[in-house]
Amino acid sequence: MELGIFLFFATVTIIAALMVVIARNPVHSALALMVCLVQVAALFVLLGSPFLAALQIFVYVGAVMVLVLFVIMMLDVREAARVRFLQGALIPGLVTLALLGAQMLLLLISSDRLSFVSTNQAPILKGGGLEQLSKTMFTDYLLPFEVISVILLVALVGAIVLTRSEVK
Amino acid sequence: METLFAISVMVIKMAVVIGVLLALPLPLTWMERKIAAHIQQRLGPMRVGWHGLLQPLADALKLMVKEDHIPEKADRLLFTMAPIIALVPPFVVFVAIPFGDTVTIFGTPVTLYLTDMNVALLFILGVAGIEVVGLILAGWASNSKYALLGSLRTCAQLISYEIPMGFAVIGVIMLAGSMSLVDIVNAQSGWWNIVYQPVGFFVFFVAALAEAQRIPFDLPEAEGDLGAGFHTEYSGMRFAFFMISEYIIMVLMSVLMVILFFGGWHASLIPLPGSLIFLLKVCFLIWVFMWFRFTFPRYRYDQLMSIGWKVLLPLSLANILISGMFFA
Repeated sequence: MELGIFLFFATVTIIAALMVVIARNPVHSALALMVCLVQVAALFVLLGSPFLAALQIFVYVGAVMVLVLFVIMMLDVREAARVRFLQGALIPGLVTLALLGAQMLLLLISSDRLSFVSTNQAPILKGGGLEQLSKTMFTDYLLPFEVISVILLVALVGAIVLTRSEVK
Repeated sequence: METLFAISVMVIKMAVVIGVLLALPLPLTWMERKIAAHIQQRLGPMRVGWHGLLQPLADALKLMVKEDHIPEKADRLLFTMAPIIALVPPFVVFVAIPFGDTVTIFGTPVTLYLTDMNVALLFILGVAGIEVVGLILAGWASNSKYALLGSLRTCAQLISYEIPMGFAVIGVIMLAGSMSLVDIVNAQSGWWNIVYQPVGFFVFFVAALAEAQRIPFDLPEAEGDLGAGFHTEYSGMRFAFFMISEYIIMVLMSVLMVILFFGGWHASLIPLPGSLIFLLKVCFLIWVFMWFRFTFPRYRYDQLMSIGWKVLLPLSLANILISGMFFA
């Protein structure tokens, strides 16, 4: 039962992800990306973390994708649909794809945490609750968490500097 | 037998929720027109039925038999999908909403809610946000100037007001120590949250007006400058879908305010069944929404943005800080 549900969600995720790349019209791509993100949220529920799923929908579908649509609507979509993505850049594109794929595979094979989960059938977070998640984030993963916060802050300041007019 | 009973109770509950929600826009349109009329010293609908009570049915019939027109240059796929994307999320949200405490029917305890999620509040805010996508796609797919402008305004408005709304509820979550709506209501059996969180309530209420796209924040469909905004090109049942979704969002916002700030089904002074009290409170807030519509003028677009970012956001952040110092 659970395997069937997982396979269903996974298939839809992959088809939607492919649609993001294949669709000519940017708005169709954005919609496909939204479907993909909702499916990933469903996978989080299957993995026993409803909090992450709700957050995924709240942040990515509710805010980020609406912003993406906002930007797309400012563009001349008919023009964008006519232009081919990656003009004559097939070989660099394929090389990048192969590199990324190899990296991903390496990560999957060599990660202890993943093999721990897949062999012991035990989740990293016991219970998967909100409390466990925050405790893990603020004790074991404090440094990465703080680094990400600083990077986000830098991006925020950068965006404000870029959009400010030159008038002094 | 046990599981069969549980499943049938679940199915009945779902059917009741969906049926009530589908039928609700009918009395609400009548109420809105009557309130408008009496505020403006008119009579409102009087012809169809007693005091125009059957007017909504006549309107529904009209919408059903009306021609369903799709503009020639529209994106047909998205144009037909958009009303459905706008209609489904408001219904889905009610899965997580409690309408009352546990009651006993034929000797078995039955809960007056579908599920009690431990992330209910986040789920509701997130799924309600998907509804917006339908409105945005509708405006874009119509391939019309007014509809596109309406869509752009929807995007900017909804992003600006979703953030203060999310922050405004954090104080309530701190007080209850849980995101489950049942826990939040039970934490208010003494004083209601509005006593401790007046600023949080103010921010939430203003943001709810904007989320439901009611006057004074109905810029996406400002009839004075945009025709009808994002649904300019829609007619017949597809238009009705947007109407229904808008009314259900208004009901949802009222229900949320009752649960978060007005003590849900608790009322220590009035000896009435909990669910009835809940219903009365929700009706009162819906009435406030309608009363506002005919009392306030519409804000300008730049005013809307500065209210969202320069007033509501700092207020909600200060509210989190102060609640954190005193309650957590």
